Amino acid sequence: MSDTKGENAIEMKEVEGLSQGKIVFKRFRRHKAAMTSIVILIGIILLAFTSVGLDVGTQENKIRVEGWWPTGYTGSNDVINLGVPTLDIFPEFIDGTGVQIGPHPFGQDEIGRDNFARVMRGAQQSLMVMFVVGLVATTVGVIIGATAGFYRRWVDQVLMRFTDLIITIPIVVIGAVIGSAVGNLGTFVLAIFLGLFAWTGLARLVRGEFLSLREREFVDAARMAGASNSRIIFKHIFPNAIGVVIVNTTLLMSAAILLETGLSFIGFGVQAPDVSLGYLISENQNAFTTRPWLFWYPGVFIVAVALCVNFIGDGLRDAFDPRQMRKMTKQESNGGKAVRGARK
Amino acid sequence: MGMFLLRRFFSSVVILFGATYIMYVLTAYSGDPLEDLAQSTARNKTELIARRVEILQLDVPPYLRYFLWLGGVLKLFIGQIDLGQNINGQEVTDLLAAAAVSTLTLVTTASIISIFLGVMVGIVTALRQYSRFDYTVTFIAFLFFSLPVFWVAVLLKQYGAIGFNNFLADPQIPPLWLALISLFSGFVWMGIVGGDRAKNLRVFLIATAVTAITLITLLLTNWFDSPGIGMFTGLLLGVGSAFAITAISTGLSNIKARNASLVVVAIGMVVWIPFNLISSMVSGALFFVLAVVTVLVGLAVGWFMGGEDKAPVARTSAITAFVMGGIIAIDRFMQAWKPYTDSSYISGRPIATIGSETPNLVGSFWVEGIDSFTHLLLPTLALLLIGFAGYTRYARASLLEVLNQDYIRTARAKGLTERTVVMRHAFRNALIPMTTLVAFDFAGLIGGAVITERVFAWSGMGNLFVSSLSRVDLNPVMGFFLITGTLAIFFNIVADLVYTLLDPRIRVNA
Repeated sequence: MSDTKGENAIEMKEVEGLSQGKIVFKRFRRHKAAMTSIVILIGIILLAFTSVGLDVGTQENKIRVEGWWPTGYTGSNDVINLGVPTLDIFPEFIDGTGVQIGPHPFGQDEIGRDNFARVMRGAQQSLMVMFVVGLVATTVGVIIGATAGFYRRWVDQVLMRFTDLIITIPIVVIGAVIGSAVGNLGTFVLAIFLGLFAWTGLARLVRGEFLSLREREFVDAARMAGASNSRIIFKHIFPNAIGVVIVNTTLLMSAAILLETGLSFIGFGVQAPDVSLGYLISENQNAFTTRPWLFWYPGVFIVAVALCVNFIGDGLRDAFDPRQMRKMTKQESNGGKAVRGARK
Repeated sequence: MGMFLLRRFFSSVVILFGATYIMYVLTAYSGDPLEDLAQSTARNKTELIARRVEILQLDVPPYLRYFLWLGGVLKLFIGQIDLGQNINGQEVTDLLAAAAVSTLTLVTTASIISIFLGVMVGIVTALRQYSRFDYTVTFIAFLFFSLPVFWVAVLLKQYGAIGFNNFLADPQIPPLWLALISLFSGFVWMGIVGGDRAKNLRVFLIATAVTAITLITLLLTNWFDSPGIGMFTGLLLGVGSAFAITAISTGLSNIKARNASLVVVAIGMVVWIPFNLISSMVSGALFFVLAVVTVLVGLAVGWFMGGEDKAPVARTSAITAFVMGGIIAIDRFMQAWKPYTDSSYISGRPIATIGSETPNLVGSFWVEGIDSFTHLLLPTLALLLIGFAGYTRYARASLLEVLNQDYIRTARAKGLTERTVVMRHAFRNALIPMTTLVAFDFAGLIGGAVITERVFAWSGMGNLFVSSLSRVDLNPVMGFFLITGTLAIFFNIVADLVYTLLDPRIRVNA
C-alpha cells in the first residue's frame, strides 16, 4: 500500500503546478541523446550558414551575405599537396604536427575547389530542404487531416481518397519527376514541391487524432459555450494533437534530407553549379580510392544531421507519451534495482 | 465483407486513374523527349524526329495523349495489354517483364532477410529492455536509419567487395583483428543472453573463445579458399538446431518433439551422400520440389511420432527438416565455390560490384546459384541495413506494447513458462501490427530500390524508371508506375484483409 502511495506522490509532484508544455520540456531534457543531438544540430546549422555566407534574393537581384570562410564554393584554387585535407585534430605529441585547420581543412577536389566550402554550401542546401519540406508538409498535412477528421462525412471521404491518391505514388518517383520538372528553378522551389507531396502520412495521423478528440467532452463544452468550428479546431482540439504532429514532423524532416540527397544523387535534385550533400557524393563516388575525403565529409554530414533529427524525434516521442511517466514509475517502484543495474 | 471488398476495389481503380493521370502529365512536362535528336548532327535529323513523333504520338498534347495510353492499358481486358513503345521503339511490356524479374529477385531476398533479422533482434531487445544490448541496438538502428543508401553502397563496394576479395585472395586475419572480432562477439552474446554478473562473464568468455577457435580453425584448414560444411560439422549443426528449434517451438520438456527433430536430422544425414551423388543433375525446379519434399517429410515424421498432440510436434520437425535441408544445400553450394572462383570469368575475385550475373558464365545449378549469390550480396546488404533498422524498432515497440497487456499478466499468473508466455501469448499478437507494415513495405520496396539498383547497375525496374525519366521517355515511366501503383493498392487491400483475419476485434462494415 505504502508503495502505491509513494508512487502517486512522485507522480503528483512531477505534474504539480506545471503546464503541459513545461512537463513535456522537462521530460525532454532528461533524454540525453536528444539533448546532445540538439546541441550538435545547432552547431552544424551555425557552421553551415555562417561559414560560406548566404545568397539571398532572386536570380536577377542577388544579395550576398559574406561568411567568415575566405574560399568560395565554386572558384578553383591551386591544388596544394594533391588536395589532401589540412585539418589536423591530433596535437603535436601524437603525430608530430600541431593542431591546425589549414587553408583546406576538408581537402580539395581534382580542380582545386575547396571541399570545406562545398560541403558547407551543400549542408546549407540540404538543411534548407529539410526545414522547408518539414514546414510545408506539416502545414498541408495538418490542414487536410484536421478538416477531414473534424467534418467527417463527404469531406472526409474526398480528402482521404485524395490522400490515397498521393500515397500511391512512391515518394522517390514523385521526387524524381518534380526534380526533373522544376529542378532548374532552384533548390527552394524543389523543396516546396517536395513538401506539397510529403504530407500524406501526417494527414492520416492527424485525422485519426481529430476523429477521437472531437467526441470528447471538452469539445462539447466549447460548442455549448458558442465557440465556432475554427475556434474549436485550432484552440481546443489542435493543442491536444500537437504531440503527434511534432514527433512526425521530425521524422518527416529526417526522411526529407535523405530524400533530397538521394534525388540529387541520381541527378534529379539540386543542379550544378549549386551543390547539395547528395550531389557531392554522386560527383565523387568514383574518386573514393584516390580522394576519399571528397566522399567521406559530405556523407558524414548527412548521417550526422539525419541521426540528430531522428534522436530529437525519439526524445520528443518519449516526452509527449503520456504513458511514459507511468511506465517509469512502475518500473522504479517494483524493479528499481534491476533497472538501475541494467542502466549502468 | 464482399461489399467492403467491392467498394475498396472500385475506389482503388478510381484512385489509380487519378494517380496515373497526374503522373503522366507531370512526366510529360518535365522535359523534352526530342532533346537528344535536336542536338544530334545526323543528316536525317528531321526524318528521325518525325519518326519519333509518330511512334510516340508526340503531336497530341500530353493531357489528351494520356487517354491514348489508357486505351492501350485497357486492352488488358481482351488479353493484349499495350503499354506503348519506348523512345527507341522497343515494346515496354518486354522491357518491364525483364526488369521485374531481376528487381523481384533483389527485393524479395532483401525483404525476407530483413524482416526475419529485424523481428528477431527486435524481440530480443524488447525482452532485454533498458539493457546495454537494448541501447546499443537502438543506437545502431537509428544510425542505419539515417544512412543514405547510396553512401552505404559505395562503402560496401569498397570494403565489402574490393576489400573482401583481397582478403579471399590471401585469407589471413592479423592477430589483432582476430582478437577484436572475438571480443566483439563476446560482447554481443553477453548482451543477448543477459543475466547477472557471473553469468555475463561466463557467456562473454565462452563466446569469445568459441569465436576465436572457430576463426583459427577456419584459417588453418584453408576454409576460405574452398569452403564446405562436411558431414561431421553438418551433424553437429543439425543436432544443435534440432535442440534449439524444439526449445523455441515447444520447449525441451516435450520429448516427442525433440525426438522427432532428431529423427529428421538422422534422415538428413542418411540422404546426405546419395544427394551429393545425384546433385549434378539438380535444376532450379527440381531444387524447389526437393525443398517441398523435405518439409513434407519433416511434417510426416512429426505426425507419426506426435502421439496425442500431433500439431506442435509436426511443426517442430518440419522446421527442423527445413533447416537440415538448408544445411545440406548450403554444403553443396559451398562445394561449387572453388570451381566458381577458379573459373576464368571470375579469376579469383568473386564478390561482384555491379550487375546481376556474370556475362557468358555457364555452369551447373550450383555454380549459377553461387554466381547469383555473389551478385546479390552487396545490393541485398545495402537494402537490408535500412529495412532491418525499421523492423527492429517496430518489432520492439510492438512486443513491448503487448507485454504490458493484462492477458500477459494473467498468463504469467497462472504459472505458464516464460517461453509459452513470450512465444505463444505475446509474440503472435505482436506480429499483427507487423503484417500491415510488411505489406506496405513489399509494395514500397520496388519503388524504393530505385537508388540501390542505380548504384549497383542492377538492370531492374528502378533503373529502367530512372534512365527513362531522364530521357523523358514517357511509356516506360508509366509502365513502371502502373505496376508499382497497382501493387501499392493491392497490398493496401491485402493488409486490411489480413488484419481483419488476424484481429477479430476489427470488423469491416460495408
